[in-house]
Amino acid sequence: MSTPTVMGLLGAALSAIGIYGLMVGRDALARLLAFNLLGGGVFLVFGVVARRGAGAGFGADPVPQALVITGIVVAFSATALAVALLRRLAELREKARAPRPAPEGEA
Amino acid sequence: MSLLLDAPLALVAIAVAIRAVAGGDAFARVAAFMAYGLVLGFIWVRLAAPDVALTEIAVGGGITGLVLLQAAGDARFSRERGVGLLYHVCAAILALGVFAALAAVVLLLPEPAPSLAPQVATNLPATDLGNPVTGVLIVFRALDTLLETVVLLVALIGVWSLSPDPLWRGRPAPLWPAPPSGALDFLARVVVPVGVLVGIYLFWAGADVPGGAFQGGAVLAAMALLAIMAGLMPAPALGGRRLRLALLAGPFAFLGVGIAGWFVADAFLDYPDGITKPLIIAVEVAITASIAVALALLVLGPPAGRKA
Amino acid sequence: MTLALNIFTLLVVAAGLLFFIVGTVGLLRLPDALARLHALTKADNIGLGLVVLGLLPQAVALWGVLAAAKMVGIWLLLQVSSGAVSQLMAEVAYRAAQRKDSEGGAAP
Repeated sequence: MSTPTVMGLLGAALSAIGIYGLMVGRDALARLLAFNLLGGGVFLVFGVVARRGAGAGFGADPVPQALVITGIVVAFSATALAVALLRRLAELREKARAPRPAPEGEA
Repeated sequence: MSLLLDAPLALVAIAVAIRAVAGGDAFARVAAFMAYGLVLGFIWVRLAAPDVALTEIAVGGGITGLVLLQAAGDARFSRERGVGLLYHVCAAILALGVFAALAAVVLLLPEPAPSLAPQVATNLPATDLGNPVTGVLIVFRALDTLLETVVLLVALIGVWSLSPDPLWRGRPAPLWPAPPSGALDFLARVVVPVGVLVGIYLFWAGADVPGGAFQGGAVLAAMALLAIMAGLMPAPALGGRRLRLALLAGPFAFLGVGIAGWFVADAFLDYPDGITKPLIIAVEVAITASIAVALALLVLGPPAGRKA
Repeated sequence: MTLALNIFTLLVVAAGLLFFIVGTVGLLRLPDALARLHALTKADNIGLGLVVLGLLPQAVALWGVLAAAKMVGIWLLLQVSSGAVSQLMAEVAYRAAQRKDSEGGAAP
């Protein structure tokens, strides 16, 4: 089997692991990690398309490569936002569990 | 022969992927995810895409891993729901379906493969760039890159909006509640100057060899974070004028050149002949700065302290 | 001459890989965090050092002295970062072990 075929099948497998983890993940971190695994797998399938499009002196078609670079950075933005939301949620949960200090502290 | 190299790489990728979603210690799962980013980087090299490999290792594994590590150390994750067996079976069937569909797509890809490589090769000399991926990012698909820098900015505004109004211009919380350490101080003092140089080099060399604004920006962001973590530099106050200028420089320089393209060249985001290369460099410097600042601030998180 | 250099590369890189294997075995088999760190840093420093050393003649032949110098630079950076990072990890592990000890002593 050629490298693109192996890596394409790997991309499919990683996407499947990501989907499964996204659905059955027992906590928010598991689902966030699964979402990123899924992204990695899909990008890899893209990379295989790029590799097969090699030509004109380039090892791989540059257009899908550029799209994947864009995608990786966008996936990071989404992950960072999700992590900030998770940390804020944890903070609020902790605050809700702690005994209320004084009624005038409330807005 | 190539299978001898590819099969172990693929198996390791699957193993760390499973470890990352399997239960257990949050730190161990994030560590597995960071290893996943590294292995994917090697796989991208096997697919003749070194630009993507650099981005995957720096952003996909490194900086994403850093953000996730913070979540693992900070947030208490409750096992919020135990799902039933039927649900597991359904999820497994769906996952298998996705695998089968994607595998079929991969195995049945058209022959000869469609490719835009010849068009890129024909038009690349007009840009004075040697790296086709940089050419696509900055010139041929400039709109994607412009919108991407905007996405970074929107995500950052989303993160900041999680803090109450009085803190809005303040400093983010310390990255790591660690006591001062001689080793960290030493590491930061030695590595940060070299790393800044490497970041600038990656960006500059990206015109002709693998590298570019995203990879260089990620390295610069990592160096800023290292200096902040070691206490060599305070976390910036988020209301700072220079900081916000640096954040906006990239999208607005891009937009400015794009709009100027309507008047002095043929279309939006078209570069006029003759000064193509200087304009591309100017845009790239601006977006590298913006990407570096945005990545670092996304890791630092929402403002938590008073303006100092 | 080329043959001699190729043999040199093969032998030295193989020796470097041997250090990586030993380091990985140590990472998997050694009992506590400090010992595992010790095994790992040896693999990093000497293993990568030998791999770089072995590849130097090939890099000079293919891309010139500058590429070889870059590889040496990468090795030096790794020396600094792996040394400092393992020190940091050791500090955390040591403090965690101490905390466990003091907690164990306090409990009746």
